[in-house]
Amino acid sequence: MSFLTYLINGLSLGSIYAIIALGYTMVYGIAKMLNFAHGDFIMVGCYVIFSISGALSGNGVMGTVIAVVVSIVLCSLLGITTEFIAYRPLRGAASPLAVLITAIGVSYFLENLALIIFGADVKSFSSVITWKGISFAGGQLKIQGVTIVTIVISLVILICLQLFINKTKQGQAMLAVAEDKGAATLMGINVNKTIMLTFAIGSALAAIAGALLCSAYPNLSPYVGAMPGIKAFVAAVLGGIGSIPGAMIGGLVLGIVEILSKTYISSQLSDAIVFGILVIVLIVKPTGILGKVIQEKV
Amino acid sequence: MHMDKKTKDNLITYGIVIAAFLVVEVLAMTGKLSSHMGGLLVPMTYYAIIAVALNLCVGILGELSIGHCGFMCIGAFTSATFSKVMADKIPSGPRFFIAFIIGIAVAALFGFLIGIPVLRLKGDYLAIVTLAFGEIIKNVINAFYIGVDSKGFHFSMENQMALNLESDGTMIINGAMGITGTPKDANFMIGIGVLLISLVIVLNLINSRDGRAIMAIRDNHIAAEASGINVTRYKMLAFTISAAIAGSAGVLYSHNITTLTASSQYFGYNASIMILVYVVLGGIGNIRGSVVAACILYLLPELLRGLNKYRMLIYSIVLIVMMIVNWSPKVIEWRKRTFANFGFKKKVKVVK
Amino acid sequence: MALLDVTNLSISFGGLRAVDDFNMTIEKGELYGLIGPNGAGKTTVFNLLTGVYKPNEGKIKLDGEDITRKNTIEINHAGIARTFQNIRLFKQMSVIDNVKVGLSERYKYSTLESLLHVGRYKKVEKQIDDEAMRLLNVFDLAGERDTLASNLPYGKQRKLEIVRAMATDPKLLLLDEPAAGMNPNETKELMETIALVRKEFNMTILLIEHDMKLVSGICEKLTVLNFGKVLCQGETKEVLTNPEVVKAYLGE
Repeated sequence: MSFLTYLINGLSLGSIYAIIALGYTMVYGIAKMLNFAHGDFIMVGCYVIFSISGALSGNGVMGTVIAVVVSIVLCSLLGITTEFIAYRPLRGAASPLAVLITAIGVSYFLENLALIIFGADVKSFSSVITWKGISFAGGQLKIQGVTIVTIVISLVILICLQLFINKTKQGQAMLAVAEDKGAATLMGINVNKTIMLTFAIGSALAAIAGALLCSAYPNLSPYVGAMPGIKAFVAAVLGGIGSIPGAMIGGLVLGIVEILSKTYISSQLSDAIVFGILVIVLIVKPTGILGKVIQEKV
Repeated sequence: MHMDKKTKDNLITYGIVIAAFLVVEVLAMTGKLSSHMGGLLVPMTYYAIIAVALNLCVGILGELSIGHCGFMCIGAFTSATFSKVMADKIPSGPRFFIAFIIGIAVAALFGFLIGIPVLRLKGDYLAIVTLAFGEIIKNVINAFYIGVDSKGFHFSMENQMALNLESDGTMIINGAMGITGTPKDANFMIGIGVLLISLVIVLNLINSRDGRAIMAIRDNHIAAEASGINVTRYKMLAFTISAAIAGSAGVLYSHNITTLTASSQYFGYNASIMILVYVVLGGIGNIRGSVVAACILYLLPELLRGLNKYRMLIYSIVLIVMMIVNWSPKVIEWRKRTFANFGFKKKVKVVK
Repeated sequence: MALLDVTNLSISFGGLRAVDDFNMTIEKGELYGLIGPNGAGKTTVFNLLTGVYKPNEGKIKLDGEDITRKNTIEINHAGIARTFQNIRLFKQMSVIDNVKVGLSERYKYSTLESLLHVGRYKKVEKQIDDEAMRLLNVFDLAGERDTLASNLPYGKQRKLEIVRAMATDPKLLLLDEPAAGMNPNETKELMETIALVRKEFNMTILLIEHDMKLVSGICEKLTVLNFGKVLCQGETKEVLTNPEVVKAYLGE
């Protein structure tokens, strides 16, 4: 029974990684850049919810809903603004490192801004999900509400994203930009707008992931998003960067591996094991589980 | 005449380091150096050293590493383990020298081993894998328990009890508690000496056949290969040397403090990013810039305490602005146009 | 014996035979042109000759030595140097350092000597410097020795790529569309540079080109590729008047 509990916890954590990884993989696939600050968008989202639900604490569920919606909107705007100010000027830069270093700068900026505004102390985050969950087998197997909600939401997001990409004009434009920016421009696609939309969606997903992450692990600090962000990138690489189902699979695998290795091997080494997976994947199959091969032209 | 310019440039770099050393010594002798300031000197040298190491990797080899503090960590722990075990057996001078050899050699070995898989990757992937390796190193060292007693060495990755030490035993590495009581062998003069040696090696490398091959790979690996350059060999060379120098910074670090722990603050990826900030602000590929930036950026907040709260925020903004100013195609275009109008077109500075 | 002897060379990419049963013989000192419409497989032939791709079938012999299975680096050491369709200079390095990279497999000293500037370092560096200057003088680039490669004007960037290739002391020089993107003036200068390479170094050259004026002006022999196959081969004049070739180029 306890194994099952751990497995479900792993699925829940994995679902959060998956939601973050979806944002990562979209941005990487379409804008061709590693948005190192993606994890910090999560943190921003959490602080927004924390502040607003604190101010609206008398309003019950309504207050929480407002807080989450505002957080999603603000994170979207943050994503768009970051892209516009910091990343767009570097599109087409001679060195591929330029935009990555800038993204690292943005990550640092957000973390330290939060540090100045909210301080370094860990805030206790009250879960946005109040449902207690369900128990099976006479209380031997308990599944928390937040776990169930997390898993369901990640599946809903996955399905919506797949539909959006494959069935809408904007989604098709994203695929075109991911394939070839120049050709997409010639086809009348506004590359800048498409990338902006990608950032908006990816950052909104980060806000959702943040709400779920802090509900499951209620310690809020300026660095809360950094590690999950990096691990979600590992998940995206594991699943095959640019692939939406891949990000989902990668996230779930990573979450389960992390929880199980924490439980059965060593809590000290669980991060090392997670990163070890990244190393092995990139050496054995750099394209990940569902990724495509890209060859450099001579 | 051309060689002279490069040589002169290098001599200026060495001169700055030596002059800084002399100024500090004079201040110390005349009693003008506060003990607070005195305590910052050795850290200043090892930050300058690891900045040089990282610039070799980022600026000369052209690959972004966000895990360089991992190599520093390896250098710190291997050398401190040696020094602690040999504390009463070898006099401090030769002991510290051997500690350096060990720290540098093991860091270089790990640089080599990690380089084999890492250098097959490019760009973002390479960066994230160096980050991964840095974290793995840190986590694994945090799970190390090593003790010694009359029966010899004991090793475990579980906890202190699992070592089953005799009553006469001492802990050497105590998991996340790290190593306590490493002899404090490091001082400012040795730090400056190691910095100078690192500079000589890196600057010599840049002005040599091997260095040109490394920079050629950075600029265009396909053309380098077509010119007969063994790309893998030179990438490995640069990465290994870079790791070795980072290891030497670690040796200084561990022999300057009483308790050495593999904490995120000093060895995590955030620490590596801090070094990257030094390198970028000093100029990617500009070795002298890295030394100057590391020293100033390290000392400034320590001296101006009031600035400390906003320091990282300011650094991050400067980092973003510098990258855009130096690398944005539109800004470069604009700069070229503007400077051309003023008639000094050739002076457009290319950083990398 | 021919300098380059290619027999029955073929390569497929996922069912598409990009180069199909390709044969070519180049004698020492010849200036040989490889032409054909876009997508005919010309650059693929170059990539096969320089080891970027490995052929499915066939054999490549350089000066009697079988180089079919060698990699790019070994092929360069065996004596083939090349330039690229889209210029690939070492952009952040000076003009002379670009040439010195080309020289680095000919004038050697150990890594330890690199790091410490001891032993052969001084002597060999002097030789490298002299040889690089000699080449730059031959090609009239000595005045730009310290200019960053990326700051050179277009025509001179193409030229520097040729100088760098020559620095590896090749037996055969491959030029991939050297006149691409050039104005008539630059093309004229390029023709002079190619003439110089032949005169000074007695170099054997194989070039891919679209500019028919350039091809008919300087090439002695031609091979025409179409859909990966050799359409026609021989003396320039004969090939260019061949009705098959005219049809391939102008359509029907």
